[in-house]
Amino acid sequence: MAATLRRFFDSDLWWSFTRSPITMLSAVVALICILGALFAPWLAPHNPFDLASLNLLDAFKPPSWTEEGERAYLLGTDDQGRDVLSAIMYGARVSLLVGLSATLFATTLGVTLGLLAGYLGGKLDALLMRICDVQLTFPSILVALLIDGVVRAALPRDVHDKIALFVVIFAIGISEWPKFARTVRGSTMVERNKEYVQAARVIGVSPPRIMLSHVLPNVMGPVLVIATLNLGLAILSEATLSFLGVGVPATQPSLGTLIRIGNDFLFSGEWWITIFPGIALIAMVLSVNLLGDWLRDALNPKLR
Amino acid sequence: MFAFIISRILQALPVMLTVALISFAMFAYVGDPVAIMLGQDFTEAQRQALVKDLGLDQPFWVQFATFLGNAVQGEFGLSYRLSRPVADLIAERAPATLELALTAAILALLIGVPLGVYTGLYRNSWLSRFFLTFSLVGVSLPTFLIGILLILVFAVWLGVLPSFGRGDTVKLGWWSTGFLTWTGIKALVLPSITLGLFQLTLIMRLVRAEMLEVLRADYIKFARARGLPNRAVHFGHALKNTLVPVITIVGLQLGAIIAFAIVTETVFQWPGMGLLFIQSVNQADIPVMAAYLLLISALFVTINLIVDLLYYAVDPRLRIGRGQGAH
Repeated sequence: MAATLRRFFDSDLWWSFTRSPITMLSAVVALICILGALFAPWLAPHNPFDLASLNLLDAFKPPSWTEEGERAYLLGTDDQGRDVLSAIMYGARVSLLVGLSATLFATTLGVTLGLLAGYLGGKLDALLMRICDVQLTFPSILVALLIDGVVRAALPRDVHDKIALFVVIFAIGISEWPKFARTVRGSTMVERNKEYVQAARVIGVSPPRIMLSHVLPNVMGPVLVIATLNLGLAILSEATLSFLGVGVPATQPSLGTLIRIGNDFLFSGEWWITIFPGIALIAMVLSVNLLGDWLRDALNPKLR
Repeated sequence: MFAFIISRILQALPVMLTVALISFAMFAYVGDPVAIMLGQDFTEAQRQALVKDLGLDQPFWVQFATFLGNAVQGEFGLSYRLSRPVADLIAERAPATLELALTAAILALLIGVPLGVYTGLYRNSWLSRFFLTFSLVGVSLPTFLIGILLILVFAVWLGVLPSFGRGDTVKLGWWSTGFLTWTGIKALVLPSITLGLFQLTLIMRLVRAEMLEVLRADYIKFARARGLPNRAVHFGHALKNTLVPVITIVGLQLGAIIAFAIVTETVFQWPGMGLLFIQSVNQADIPVMAAYLLLISALFVTINLIVDLLYYAVDPRLRIGRGQGAH
């Protein structure tokens, strides 16, 4: 364990990390977001889902530093008297959960299909890449929206409400797999002709085993970068779908849902209900994107 | 050239057929149109007659062919939600979306290209750094938040610009335009900035990257060696050669603009096709969804075809080297 740690602190990756203040800052922000979301039930000052603790008299309280603000509600309260800060922490949980699951789904699907296409080639490769081509001509948010819309229309309403979270994860994941498949296919085709793979083939290792334990570890580098950048994108896609009212169910509000709810009160002057979830969303996405950018540059030997 | 066009069209056909099949499957298997049309009281004979009348007793493929034939003629039936022909609804909403998309695209080009050239030429000035940072923020901000922030500042706090709707429109035949009235133009400002900002930053970054690449090329050094003035080198030689990829990307981004118009239209309650689509998704209004799906796919396939053809026209290597594995 200690040796692994020492190796990590000696690595180029850690060195380039300590040399970039912006990257360190975004790592801190991302960490705060993730921890805040993860431990929301223990850290949040109130429980926004506990109906008993809600009091309509507390509705529309502005942030605590303004004149009418109350100390108990740091970022103010919404139309039902829910604490905005707590709602943000619980909402970030849903946003992160959907973003991570969708990225994991897209990565698994894309890497599997990309490995198969690159290693086996032939008709399967042609078909899969054709599907990728077609799908990449459509913006991913549109694909996600259409899949979500079709599933929504196909299922009865009460069934849909139960599995809405999975529908959103599925829709976003499906809309983003081609990026992974293409990259993995490209590097697999390069690796396939290298000597170690040929050697493995000569001694009779089965194709699935070659793909999984020989080729896969060597094509994962770029996948890691795309996955990080994709996480930001997936969180944004989820927020957009929820803002449009076709995302996660209202019983599990994400940051996008909070922004949509707050949007209705913008004109009556209650800006904090929508702006603070917005800032949280931007902080989360921007820090993840900056980390992804850094990872891409740090793992690219040409830029050293 | 002719063979190239034909082969591209042949490649596009299966895509359109697949999308049509999905649309049709939605029609055929989601909900029961007969029950919707008959209402509460009906006899079995009435039901049979209606089924026969709608052609629902025909085999799947015959129904699909009829659906395709109708779709090609712009027939998508009645909207479940508004009980009006879908084609009419879309024709009514299309001008709003197209005017918004056009304004956003022009805005992005007119501001994005000069900013890209500037940041490419003076890459170390503080103004360039400011623009680049700003563009990073522009990429990370979701469209709907940009819209909300603009509404908060310009409509709620300053009260200078309208935050929803199109203002007054003028009818030119069936086309309703907002370009000709003062309120119409004012209503266009915030939505088009919201929609165009992402494309603007994208174009700026692209032009900048291309400029940096081109300025290193030998022919630029040669042009400088010939003693040409900076202006001629920068604009005559460098910028001209950066424009090919820019045209391609802008062409492809036209589709993205239409897609993101859905979000912008929702924020600003802009009466376009995107808002119509979102309302239909919420109400499971399948005829409208199917029509929008087909329309948007046709649009994307056409844009891609045109971009491919432009490539072919612009890049001579594609014309000689085809099929010989030059790359």
